[in-house]
Parts: sequence; C-alpha cells; structure tokens
Amino acid sequence: MGRMTFIEHDGTRHEVEIEADKSLMQHAADNMVPGIDADCGGECACGTCHVIVDHQWFAKTGAINGNEKQMLEMTPEGAPTSRLACQIEVTDALDGLVVHLPEFQM
Amino acid sequence: MSISTLAMNLSARVVPMQWQIKAAHLAQKTLDRIGLAAKIPEFVESPLPDVSTLAIEDIDVSNPFLWRQGLWGSYFKRLRDEQPVHFQKNSPFGPFWSVTRFDDILFVDKHHELFSAEPIITLGDQPAGLAIETFIAMDPPKHDKQRQAVQNVVAPKNLKEMESLIRQRTQEVLDNLPVDQPFDWVSSVSIELTARMLATLLDFPYEQRRKLVYWSDVAAASPETTGGQVERDEFFPVVAEVAQAFSQLWRDKAARQNAGEEPGFDIISLMLNNEDTKDLIHRPMEFLGNLALLIVGGNDTTRNSMTGGVLALNKFPQEFDKLKSNPALIPNMVSEIIRWQTPLAYMRRVAKVDVELNGATIRKGDKVVMWYASGNRDERAIDNPDDFIIDRKGARNHLSFGFGVHRCMGNRLAEMQLRILWEELLERFDRIEVQGEPEYVQSNFVRGYTSMMVKVSNKNRS
Repeated sequence: MGRMTFIEHDGTRHEVEIEADKSLMQHAADNMVPGIDADCGGECACGTCHVIVDHQWFAKTGAINGNEKQMLEMTPEGAPTSRLACQIEVTDALDGLVVHLPEFQM
Repeated sequence: MSISTLAMNLSARVVPMQWQIKAAHLAQKTLDRIGLAAKIPEFVESPLPDVSTLAIEDIDVSNPFLWRQGLWGSYFKRLRDEQPVHFQKNSPFGPFWSVTRFDDILFVDKHHELFSAEPIITLGDQPAGLAIETFIAMDPPKHDKQRQAVQNVVAPKNLKEMESLIRQRTQEVLDNLPVDQPFDWVSSVSIELTARMLATLLDFPYEQRRKLVYWSDVAAASPETTGGQVERDEFFPVVAEVAQAFSQLWRDKAARQNAGEEPGFDIISLMLNNEDTKDLIHRPMEFLGNLALLIVGGNDTTRNSMTGGVLALNKFPQEFDKLKSNPALIPNMVSEIIRWQTPLAYMRRVAKVDVELNGATIRKGDKVVMWYASGNRDERAIDNPDDFIIDRKGARNHLSFGFGVHRCMGNRLAEMQLRILWEELLERFDRIEVQGEPEYVQSNFVRGYTSMMVKVSNKNRS
C-alpha cells in the first residue's frame, strides 16, 4: 500500500499509510494528524478539514463540486489549491500525495 | 425589498436613520389604532402539561416557556422517537415543521438550494414595519458577499492577536469577584465579559459597553419573533438608539479615515473598507441588520455558554474533579459545553420546493425549524446525550454552530473566550458552587439565563 504526507503549518510531517475506501479526512482522523477538526464528520458542511494540496498533486485529487467550492470560499485561509479533505477520495493513484495544513481551520 | 425599506434607502442620505425608525414606529401605532396592524401574540406563563398526556399533533415546541419549565427535553424526545419531522399547524407563530433528529437537521442545513434562510431565521416574523436585513437570513450569492466582508474580524489569524487582550480583560473580571459569598454569575461574569468583547470588536465606547448587551437582549426578544417579553414601545426606541449610536460611530470613523488615519481592525472599519459594504450606511435596514447580527450573535450565545458551563459542572460534579486533575481537557470541554447548552435552540428555513424528509412531505413555502437543541440530544447520533462528559469523544461533532454556508462565523472566537475563561477560573478557584436554581429566559430561541447565584472559593495557593 502507498503512503501520503500531511505537513503541519509548523513543518511537522505526518506520514500515513493508504487504506481502502477512506477519504483523506478519515486518514487524518484515524492517524491522529492534528489540525483536522472535521466537525461535521465528512459532510462537506463545516470547512474544518481544509488542506492545501501540493501543486503537482492538485489535479489528481479530483473535481471540486459546487458545495465544496462554496465552503472553501468561506475559509479565510484559502489558497489556489485548497480542498476539503473529506471530499478527496483516496486511491492508490494518490501514493506519494503531499498536503499542507493551514495554520487555522475556520 | 419592501416599499418601506426602499423608502428608507432613498431617504437615508438626508434623513437621520433614527428619525426614520421613529417614523416607522409612529406608522405602526397608527395602523394599530385603526385596527389594521397584524396581531401580536401575548404569552402568559402557566404550567405546561407532561408531554405524555398530549396527542402528537398538539405538541407545540414553539412555546417560549418550554425551556424555563425544564420540559424541552421530554417534548423533543417524544418528537424524535415518534415523529421526527413534525407538523404543528396552529402555533402562535403560524404553522411550522419541526426537524428534530441530528441527521435530518444536517440535511436541511446543508441544502440551502432547497431551504431558504429568508426572510428571517426566527420562528416568528420581525416586528412589523422594521424588516432589517442580515446575511444570516440571506441566501447565496448575496449572503456570501456580505459575510465575506466582515468574517475576517473573527478569523482565527486575528484572534491570535486578540488573545492576550481577552485574557487580560478576563483576569480583571475574575480578580474582582467576591470570594466565599454569593453573587450573580450572569451579571458579574457572563454579561460583563461578553460586553467587553463586543465593545472591543466594534471599537465601541468602552464605558458604555453594557448598552450593547441591553440592545442585543431587546433585539432578540419581541413576542411575535421569539415569544419574548419586549414590547413594541420598548423595541422601536432601542432600535432608534442603536441606529443613532452606530451611524455616529460609522461617520466618525469615515471622517478619521478620510483625514489619513490608518483604519483599525474593528468591524466598522472593515465594513468601511470593503467594496460590498462601504455604502451600507445608505441602506439602513442592511446596516442595522448586519450590526444586530454581530451583536446578538456575539452576545446571547457565548454569554449563556459561560453560565451553562458552570451549571453543567455543578450537575455533574465528578466532571469538575476530572477537569481539575487534567486542565488539558479544557478545549474538549468547551465543545461539550457548547453542545450541552446549545445557546440558540434552532434556525428557521422556508422550503423553496416540495421536499420529502424522513417520511414527511414538506410543501414549498412551509416554515421548517431545525431544532439544534434536540439534535444535540439525539441518541441516534450521540452516546448518552443528556450527560455532560468533558472528555467526550467527538465532542466537536455538535450542531450548535450550524452547518453549511450559514455556519457560525464567530465559532473560533466563542471557543477561545470560553477556553480562556476556564483556564483563568482553574488558576484561581477551587470550587464554583451554584446556589439554588438559576432563572431562565422566556424565549423559544435563546436558551439563556437571567441570573444564577454562585459562590466561589479560592484555591489554596502555597
């Protein structure tokens, strides 16, 4: 199985192993990656699993639907490659993925 | 936009806002006198029946005494169990649907394309003749623009800058509390701290800060809106006073800025410097609406969670012991307090189309009330939901901030204020004992306390 890396705002790295049928948010939660709150439990309704995807990986994380776009627009920490981790479906194609955590979740 | 709002906007450049409001008050009085005004419901308290004696269709959770009489828990449990999407056709606020389970509430909150937040998020209407406009009660895209104009004032990045100021003001309040003798926690701590916070955010004259609290209390407590006790002859003059005070604050700031002063980091300065809101002063109902939203939003909510936390720890004393032996639990406890208290009972929507929800058919145009207070006690979503557990797993997964585009903008500020309060309380006091029963607010919207006597004892500092 592949691996993915979460990088905290202070530079701390967390490598996690890819598990089948889990969103990126669930990977963070199950591996105790700090800085992902996921208050709504993965419903694309709170904006607290915001991650900033490494440029080279952005296109591979899939399309952003209208709901996610709207929630991301409300995030003061938004960046061009922002995503909500609960909306990223993880497959082996994301082996090596690197995402950055914002300093604050909204 | 109503004709009266349009007229106000057109005349706003020449007629002071407070005069416009006085005129609206007078117009309503005249309508009353000639019998043309809408009837305002009157609420007189009497003991409510045990919910088990009622037919399901007669259950009316809009009753503003349900919270005060401690019956809301049993009423909502019956709705959750027997008819989770429930229709009440004869309430004093008109017919409405109640959505009471966690998952259904989340569904309604997420789907703004099915359920509109307009024209207002309370069960009843706003007082006639004064339809203020606020982004909590606007749908996208207008909502998004107005929210974006002000949300930075409470963005986490700026909160970091404010933390030491909030802590210092909290310390001052706590250091001046009487020790080993009863005092009213609501007035001395909860209201005082919230007033200080609001004055800071608005850059409002600090010595007049308690006015903000009074205005906020009046704004959310009209009988026709939430079943509260504020009469029209008190309401309108307060709105006029708010209009006058904030118009002046706005114009002073604009003048200082035009004279070359750097804009401050308060809400008024932010609005003055945003393309979408810089002319807000010329749209009185929006101007008042946005200010009212920020004041009410920052007042009733945090204040009642400050009181509710103390009450919860008194009802579950083993949790206070747990807290004292492990203060690192404070952030998790803060989320649990906000769930347990749920300071705002609900948000209201209006169906934009026919919607099937959990077996019920909601028709286009029907009022739909998402009862956060019930969803936060839904056994299907939360284990032992009536218990207050400071190290609860998943404590953040509560409904009190709402979900979707209207999710509470001040959530991080609220959490920070409560965290600082508890950090500073634990530094000082060994015991915080509630004396007798608190007094509860009359409202179907605000789950608040008007007073709660407590006695604090100092920690033995060695």
